[in-house]
Parts: sequence; structure tokens; C-alpha cells
Amino acid sequence: MKEEIRLMKGNEVIAHAAVRAGCDGYFGYPITPQTEIMETLMELKPWETTGMVVLQAESEVASINMLYGGAAMGKRVMTSSSSPGISLMSEGISYIAGAELPCVIVDIMRGGPGLGTIQPAQSDYFQIVKGGGHGDYHVIVLAPYSVQEMNDFVEDAFDLAFKYRTPVIILSDGIIGQMMEKVVLKAPTPRLSNAEIERRYGSWASTGSKRNGKSNVITSVNLDSLQQEEFNLHLQRKYRTIEKKEVRYQEFECDDAEYLIVAYGSSARISHKCVELARAAGIKAGLLRPITLYPFPVEPIAELSKRVKGILAVEMSMGQMVEDVRLAAEKQIKIRHYGRCGGMIPSPNEVFDALVSLTKED
Amino acid sequence: MKQEIIIAGFGGQGVLSMGKILAYSAVMQGQEVTWMPSYGPEMRGGTANVTVIISDRPISSPVIHEYDIAVVLNQQSLDKFEGKIKVGGILLYDPNGITRPSNRKDIRIYAVEAAEKAAEIGNVRVFNMIVLGALLKILPPMLSADSIRNGLRKSLPERVHATIPANEKAIETGMEIVQKQN
Repeated sequence: MKEEIRLMKGNEVIAHAAVRAGCDGYFGYPITPQTEIMETLMELKPWETTGMVVLQAESEVASINMLYGGAAMGKRVMTSSSSPGISLMSEGISYIAGAELPCVIVDIMRGGPGLGTIQPAQSDYFQIVKGGGHGDYHVIVLAPYSVQEMNDFVEDAFDLAFKYRTPVIILSDGIIGQMMEKVVLKAPTPRLSNAEIERRYGSWASTGSKRNGKSNVITSVNLDSLQQEEFNLHLQRKYRTIEKKEVRYQEFECDDAEYLIVAYGSSARISHKCVELARAAGIKAGLLRPITLYPFPVEPIAELSKRVKGILAVEMSMGQMVEDVRLAAEKQIKIRHYGRCGGMIPSPNEVFDALVSLTKED
Repeated sequence: MKQEIIIAGFGGQGVLSMGKILAYSAVMQGQEVTWMPSYGPEMRGGTANVTVIISDRPISSPVIHEYDIAVVLNQQSLDKFEGKIKVGGILLYDPNGITRPSNRKDIRIYAVEAAEKAAEIGNVRVFNMIVLGALLKILPPMLSADSIRNGLRKSLPERVHATIPANEKAIETGMEIVQKQN
């Protein structure tokens, strides 16, 4: 395997990228619109080449607990699912966060609530960015907006997961998962040996061999409240570091913008087209696209809020990320939301109409 | 140059794979491309469509609300997409099964009798390649014959590579039989 250019679905790319990023194990359970991830892994048969394990578990609950076990051994492990499946995994994600373990979870969102629809949506922002599971924890959330980023973010997610010993969630949706684009697949990185994991990331993993007569015990339970508070404060210090160092975002035409759109993932693609339409119509619009949803790009939005007349948050939900935009804005300006839900996809001209209404509010 | 194309018809007609060959040909030519399918609880006989955008510059949205070219292969798709073709754009359709043809005067309309021709050849599976040939004929010159050949090879799994000559022949046939209607 070497670097190559292919035309692929976002879901297929996730599978290729996992093998090429030296992933040790994938555990999953099928659900539309992300089933191609496991399907592609099964086709690639990486157990014959890199030795990576690919296992269809009996449920999402089993998958996430297999991840917990693999992560405790210091392995690069991954799962993927879509909205209802992620709900089932939420307990496990909280445990993994509580045990400070690294893992990568891919969520290809579909419309809810309940079993909902299999069409694309972004209605799980609250679930993924604000918790989902119980307890005072965060996970790092990456929001790819192209098939190329579906590739690139897998390796980035593993790196961040191990750097901070935290779950990292790649939050995408049925549009990016199902669509094909040109993608450059990187040359593969080999899987790491136990010794290499220890050299790079320290000796926290429970590898089955005692060091200096001491075992590593991995757990998320601590019945001493004082100690548990201490642990929580330690987590919070870690989150402050992440908020300081790992914010990622991209701006389009923001320099002279009078109106700002904030959108992530596929909504950012649609909004980018809306900015093109707006500029053609003489409206000075710009787009800020959060790439990390946690940590959220608070500062750039705060800065832009001082310069623009209004902000439009565009999401395939009834208004979730817009709350973070409101919290980030430092100046009292008009902040509106435009969204479709239930699997309906907003078209660029719909977003344009919403932007025009915002400009006419004065 | 950018072309925004929708291909729509029944599931099982090869709509998605036709779009994939088109998209892969564009990749072979070094173009940017997005291929976005309607996906869902679809089956043979239901409707299926795919939006393909080919551009020499990065593509913003894969989701669009109007098209340069619509390729429609059944009445439902014609009803759905006829009004979304840009003024001066192109409608390509197979008259087989169309009971109410388009009467738009501000677009160019082409017909390809692909279903009939495929039946005549005795290989209904090349139906979509005949349509693709017709599309390539009327598409602005963005894709070379070599890119299309390579795109076809890249899109088809190796186990069906034996069918490539028949597919290439069908593409040529489509190029020959496409007819301007207005």
C-alpha cells in the first residue's frame, strides 16, 4: 500500500484510513447510513495484512465495551455507528472517559429522535458535544466536511485520543458518509508494538505484564468522594488544556464580512455555496466552519461578533450548535438559526433566503 | 468550467453506477468531483437519483437546487427535475415510458432510445451505458475518450472486467443515437 488517489464514499474512506493509521481493532454493529465502514473493512481483510482485528459484535453495547477492553490494553481501537446506535454506546463512552482511555468513535448521524429516519441529520450535536453519557466529561469532537477529511481525521483522532487519553468522536452525517469525492489515501503507518506504545505514551496501559511488580489497574470507579472530586478536577485541567491548544476552524471570506454564517460538516458545504450566492448578490457574507466542535472555536466567533451585523447558524437540526454560537458571541448582535430536520437537507438557496431575511431585519 | 448534473430513474436501471463512471472519468482527467446519491429504503423499481458535479475548481456544496443537465429515465423523475434545470441547460431523456414530455422552451432537449436499443442488442444490462454515451456526446468537452475508458475500468470491479468491451460499444452506440428534439 502506498499513497493513492481514489474516488470513494466517506464511509469507505473511514475504513481505509483506519487500516492505514495502524488501527489495532474495529468492533461494530451495522446501522444505516454507516454500514459501509464495517463492510469495507471486511472486504479489506486487514487481519491478513496488518493483523488488525475486525469484529461484528452482537450489539452496540458489546462493541463499545470491546473498545473499552482494547483501549485499556493501550491499543488503537475504533468503532462506528449512527445516532440510535451511539445512544446505546453512551454508557460505555462515559466509562471510557472516566477511565481516561483513548479510542476513536465515528458517528454518521441520521434523523431522530427514536429510530427516526435513515436520512442525514445533525440533530445529535447536544448528545455528542455536551455529553451523551453521565458525568462531568468531554470528548474531543472532529467534524469533517469532505471525504478527504474523513480520511485525514481518522489518524488525527487516534493521535489526539492518545495525546490526551480521551475518546475522540468523528461526527459526520449521511451526506458525507454516502457521497463520493476524490481522496488521497496516505501511505500506511505500521501498527505499534506494546513497547512502542509504552515509549510514546507512557506505561499506563494494562498489557498483562507487571512492571517492577506493579500492575496497572484501569477502572472508572472510585467510592471515595474526595478522591473522585480530585479526579474530576484533574479531568477539568486536561479539558482546559484541550480548549487552549486543540481548537480548529476554517474561515471563508470573513475579512470584510458584514454577515457571518457558522456551520459545520455538510451544512458548512451548503453554507459555503450560500456565501458564493450572497457575494454574487452583493451581500458581504462570510463562513466560519468549526472543525472541532469540542473544543468549540469560541475566540474567533467572539472576535467576528464585534465586526459583523448578524450571525446565522445553519444546522440540520432545530437549533443546537446555535447555543454555543450565542455563548461565544461577545457583542449583542442578531444571532439567528436556520435548520431542516428529520432527514431533510437544506438547499443553498433556502439558506440564502434565510440570510437575506437576516440582512433585512434592521 | 463546472457542470452540475442530476441522473434520475428507477432503482436497478444503473443510475448510480452511471454516475460513478462519469465521476471516475472526471477524476482520471484531474477534475474535482462530487457524487451524491439519494440513498434510503430504495429497491429495484423505486426511484433513485445521483447528483454529480464536475469542476476544475474546488466544489463548495454537493447539494444543489438547480442543474445544468438532467438525465431522466422515468416520468416521476421528469416531473421532479424538469423545473430545476437552469435556463439554457440540457434535458436528456429516454422516451420509453414517458407519457408527458417536457414542453420547456428555454432548455435544450435530447432524447436517447436507450431501452429500445438495449433490447435490440439483446443485452438490457448495457442500458445505462447507452444513456452515458448520449450524455458524453452532449456534455461540453471536459472529458477525453481516454479518461472515460480509464474511468470505466476504475469503476467496475475486476470480476466484471470481461464486460468492458460490451460497455464501451454501448457508450459508442449512445453517442450515435442521441437526437436533439428542439
